[in-house]
Amino acid sequence: MLLNTISNALSTLSEPWWKIFYDFSSLTQAIDEGLRSSLSPFWAVTIEMLIIGVVFLLFYALIGLFLVIAERKVCAFIQNRLGPNRIGPYGLFQTIADLVKLLFKELIPIKNADGFLFNLAPYIVIIVNFMVLAALPYGKGLHAIDFNIGIFYVIAVSSMSVIGVLLAGWSSNSKYSLIGAMRSGAQIVSYELSIGLAIITVVVLAGSMQLSEIVEAQRTGWFIFKGHVPAFLAFIIYIIAGTAETNRGPFDMAEAESELTAGYHTEYSGIKFAFFYLAEYINMFIVAAVAATLFLGGWMPFHVGNWEGFNRIMDFIPPFFWFFGKTFFVIYLIMLFKWTFPRLRIDQLLTLEWKYLLPINLVNVLIMAFLVLMGWHF
Amino acid sequence: MNSIIQYFKEIIQGVGSLLKGMRVTNRYFFSPGKIVTQKYPNNRKDLVMFERFKGEVVMPHNESNEHKCTGCGICEINCPNGTIEVISKTIITEDGKKKRVIDKHIYRLGMCTFCALCVKTCPSNALAFSQEFEHAVFNRALLIKTLNKPGSQLMKGVE
Repeated sequence: MLLNTISNALSTLSEPWWKIFYDFSSLTQAIDEGLRSSLSPFWAVTIEMLIIGVVFLLFYALIGLFLVIAERKVCAFIQNRLGPNRIGPYGLFQTIADLVKLLFKELIPIKNADGFLFNLAPYIVIIVNFMVLAALPYGKGLHAIDFNIGIFYVIAVSSMSVIGVLLAGWSSNSKYSLIGAMRSGAQIVSYELSIGLAIITVVVLAGSMQLSEIVEAQRTGWFIFKGHVPAFLAFIIYIIAGTAETNRGPFDMAEAESELTAGYHTEYSGIKFAFFYLAEYINMFIVAAVAATLFLGGWMPFHVGNWEGFNRIMDFIPPFFWFFGKTFFVIYLIMLFKWTFPRLRIDQLLTLEWKYLLPINLVNVLIMAFLVLMGWHF
Repeated sequence: MNSIIQYFKEIIQGVGSLLKGMRVTNRYFFSPGKIVTQKYPNNRKDLVMFERFKGEVVMPHNESNEHKCTGCGICEINCPNGTIEVISKTIITEDGKKKRVIDKHIYRLGMCTFCALCVKTCPSNALAFSQEFEHAVFNRALLIKTLNKPGSQLMKGVE
């Protein structure tokens, strides 16, 4: 019955199917009307929520698996290697095989571990990921929840993932896990400041916290160009702090392989380990997606002021692809960080944050506020 | 004032050096040049190992089945883990002299650490490394090899 409703909704669409990529709102409205015509409002909303949940689950798995293979390929090419090349064309199905392997592996119960917290930790990390993913605008009309404090919600929720990491470290009853979790806690708490201030710079420029309005405000030019120097500085600071937030790249002391075996997920095995691993990559996707939305215009095509012709040509590429193109560009930058720079020591990491990023960031917010006040931005 | 200038100088220099590193990795990503990965079982036919590779110890023989080993036993003495065993015998040459030649030069591949002491110390350069590396066998006894070929003789002019 559900499938019938959806196919009816699809068939009532007046445009050809590929037009959906330009504006998803017609599709979502058609599904909504189809459901509401045949069901009571309560059940219609319930089924809509279920559909969105399943879509996000699929999206989560696909993006996670794709990012793992992408990371391996990128690092392979940087190091003059081929990377995974056995399973599927160019080894593209390698991560699917890995996932199947992890699903079949034994979950080793840890003696003297706090069982409840030990099992809870990966789910907290995953749930935090889902809560953030739901608030991001993926394309025109492809936005699950549009809060009026969207970006505030995103930082507030994403900083909760540190609880999962700390729980994992504490409940494992292992010195490596505990040290890794503590390092990760210190790191996330201090870099949260930089992320927040970098985002505030953009919020000052946009005049809104609602993600859809932030994207709409970039119709005449992306913020990284509109806010020239302060916006560019904020972008750099955001990328650095975001890399540190995800415990990646040169800031991966939380799981420094050479010192702590695997950091906070040392004791995890099988699919629970896979959850942490996937969550790490989805975190990277979230950081990149937020960077793309705030600084590079989200799903907004590349527009220059009032060059009508140029803007119309750019509009031919669907917003959906603009969003993912920008996101993957930022992800590539973050991967490049990881495979270029050596790991920082914990004191160097905190020096970078408290002595360099934070003061620069504070001055940057001031300059941006001044620019907006004087109307000197484009 | 000086320290403030120093502060900004450090930032600019740091960012500059980081960008330099990223330029290198970025260039390698887009034009990796020579890919070093060997797709091993697929290119087994035309895989050429480099000359310095230590596959296993062999005793090179020339076309007329002659080797250079005089049976002095220096390789056996030098081998740190008893991999080599030289079994020699005495023969009487045509002009009536007694001479020591090797009967069997036994090399146990399973024990070898590829330290190359035997190859380096051999006074007559009778031993060498081959580039063969597919050593897996199903029976351990197959790893005990006799390096001199059956019916081989000492090369003329090697004492």
